[in-house]
Amino acid sequence: MAIQAVEVGKMYRLGERESYTALRDVLANLVRGALGRGRGASARAERPILWSLRNVSFNVEQGDTVGIIGRNGAGKSTLLKILAQITRPTEGHIELRGKVGSLLEVGTGFHPELTGRDNVYLCGAILGMTRTEIQKKFDEIVAFAEVERFIDTPVKRYSSGMYMRLAFAIAAHLEPEILLVDEVLAVGDVAFQKKCIGKMGDVSKQGRTVLFVSHNMGAVNSLCRRSIWIHEGKVVADGKSQSVVADYMQAMGSGSLVSTAKGNEPLFIERVVLRNARGEVTDQFDSGDDICLDIEYVANGRINRPNLWVQIANSIGQGVCIANTMFDGHSPDFLEGPGKATCVFRAPRLTPQAYAIWMGTRAADGVTLLSNSKDVAYFSVMGSLNDYGLMGPAADVFLSDFPWPIFPYEWHFPATGKPPVSVEMRAAATARKPD
Amino acid sequence: MQIRPTAGWWDFRLGEVWASRELLWFLVWKDVKVRYKETVIGAAWAVLQPVFTMIVFTIFFGRLAKLPSSGLPYPVFYLAALLPWSYFAGALSGCTNAIVENQRIITKVYFPRLLLPLSVVIAGLVDLAIALVVMVPLLIYYGITPSVGLLLVPAFVLMALLAALAFGLWLTTLNVMYRDVRYVVPFVIQFFMFASPVIYSASAVPARWQWIYGLNPMVGVIEGFRWALTGTGRPPGLIMLASFVAVCACLLFGLVFFSRIDGSVADRI
Repeated sequence: MAIQAVEVGKMYRLGERESYTALRDVLANLVRGALGRGRGASARAERPILWSLRNVSFNVEQGDTVGIIGRNGAGKSTLLKILAQITRPTEGHIELRGKVGSLLEVGTGFHPELTGRDNVYLCGAILGMTRTEIQKKFDEIVAFAEVERFIDTPVKRYSSGMYMRLAFAIAAHLEPEILLVDEVLAVGDVAFQKKCIGKMGDVSKQGRTVLFVSHNMGAVNSLCRRSIWIHEGKVVADGKSQSVVADYMQAMGSGSLVSTAKGNEPLFIERVVLRNARGEVTDQFDSGDDICLDIEYVANGRINRPNLWVQIANSIGQGVCIANTMFDGHSPDFLEGPGKATCVFRAPRLTPQAYAIWMGTRAADGVTLLSNSKDVAYFSVMGSLNDYGLMGPAADVFLSDFPWPIFPYEWHFPATGKPPVSVEMRAAATARKPD
Repeated sequence: MQIRPTAGWWDFRLGEVWASRELLWFLVWKDVKVRYKETVIGAAWAVLQPVFTMIVFTIFFGRLAKLPSSGLPYPVFYLAALLPWSYFAGALSGCTNAIVENQRIITKVYFPRLLLPLSVVIAGLVDLAIALVVMVPLLIYYGITPSVGLLLVPAFVLMALLAALAFGLWLTTLNVMYRDVRYVVPFVIQFFMFASPVIYSASAVPARWQWIYGLNPMVGVIEGFRWALTGTGRPPGLIMLASFVAVCACLLFGLVFFSRIDGSVADRI
């Protein structure tokens, strides 16, 4: 048995995670407590509590690869954080056999002023490698990252691609007995996700134990024999991946990807379901796929000529495309009660990375805000620029801070005497090399 | 290995700290390496700071205010105190920020959190060692021979380290809970300096109050440094004992306090 979790629970006091306390507030509470008969003193106890996980028990055999699935906020990441010892559980206990390593985030502990060489040692040590282990693997790490020429340059002068490659190379050479992978935290970097998934395949073939948190149901199905579905902090299903994933997808279709319902808004978005051109519910698209959003809303009463907008934002919160009735003039005559609207983005040439959907509504005057929600749904555009026919030296790197969609363009270099070259992102199927 | 909720008051996990001593050295080495990176004169800063303070003190407290200096030349009197004091002040303020400054690492990877304040107080020793070298020409110039007490300097340094760590654990924990602490600390350090015999000599404090005065561990450390480097004055006996007891108590409760938030620091930060 590699992992044995018994009735694990993690409680948060709401607000505890959001901000630190200022001494001023404490003093104010004390004063208020002294004057107002303990009102302040009981403020802490009154703060609402949230069980992010409750009564979670499961066993994992050594060598198993287990998928952990569930909606955003279901408690998956909390579970990994407890397993990685970043935070301790409030109750219950976990027995672990073997060294734990995590691909929760790469580049942790990098110091920008230090050279690549120094950072390999520092970061390796922080991740739990001994000096001799690092020495032994040093050349391998550097070769894997393809940064030999720059190994004695401070990493602050690295390109983001080099930085990520080196960071990943260190994490990939950790060789723990239990590997924790959180795709959610690695989001925004599809190239990295692919590498993570490849690495996981290798690791599980070597008889190590892998826990894989993911929204990518295809990857879970193909990599993990078994999956655990966590919903609102509890294990709701644990078994063969195929059946758990099928149940989960079923529930997502009838439940929602993300609900923003607060209940008191005049018009609120109950859920947004993403579908591809074939009508399948998914959160994975190829660049150039139609992205179809089913928006289920509830209008309190009849709202005449409301304005709606839907925006696709990249992982650092920059909008990349928008559909807005205030610009196109096609606001619906009215919305009333619960209903469904659909917005289809036709073949957007989005660069491969993670995206979020933001949406909102305004009254007919175009001023009064009826609802406004960021991150109502998430999706990823798969692959790398390579897969879409762009073959430059940087086309396989980290794109999370790359806001631009790529429209077809041409280069003219008359001095070379060569004809103009035109560039565009081609459909993945035609550009992708056969595997 | 077992993961459990924090178990009681005395769950310091010192075994884990010992097991990760290699990481501790890496953190110390990083601190030292990063500190003077891209500065023009590099490690000379470790020397300049106490030397300039010594010059200012010599002019104002010495020449102008004519404070007693136990018969020692003012530059020697002040520098011998400023060396341990600068180390202590730097280590203490570094310790205060040790957890909060590393929140990115703390929320992503587990290692014994105690390594962070520990690495700060150890890295400061490098500066102290460099600065100690300045003492040599100064002693030669004034023709002062150190006493055999010189051999005890490491003990005084260890005491300063433990004192910085003891107070630092309190402050770094408080800093996680209340960010006001970082504004308070420079003031606390200044206050601390007046409560330590940096500007004046410990003999200025009446004999019957000496043991209370000695509860401030820096009293013993600074007096010890003066005695060891210059051979003047008495070795601090009773004061040192009071200091030692105070530091041990403070360190023990600092560890208790620190380990109370150790398990939840990633959630609080």
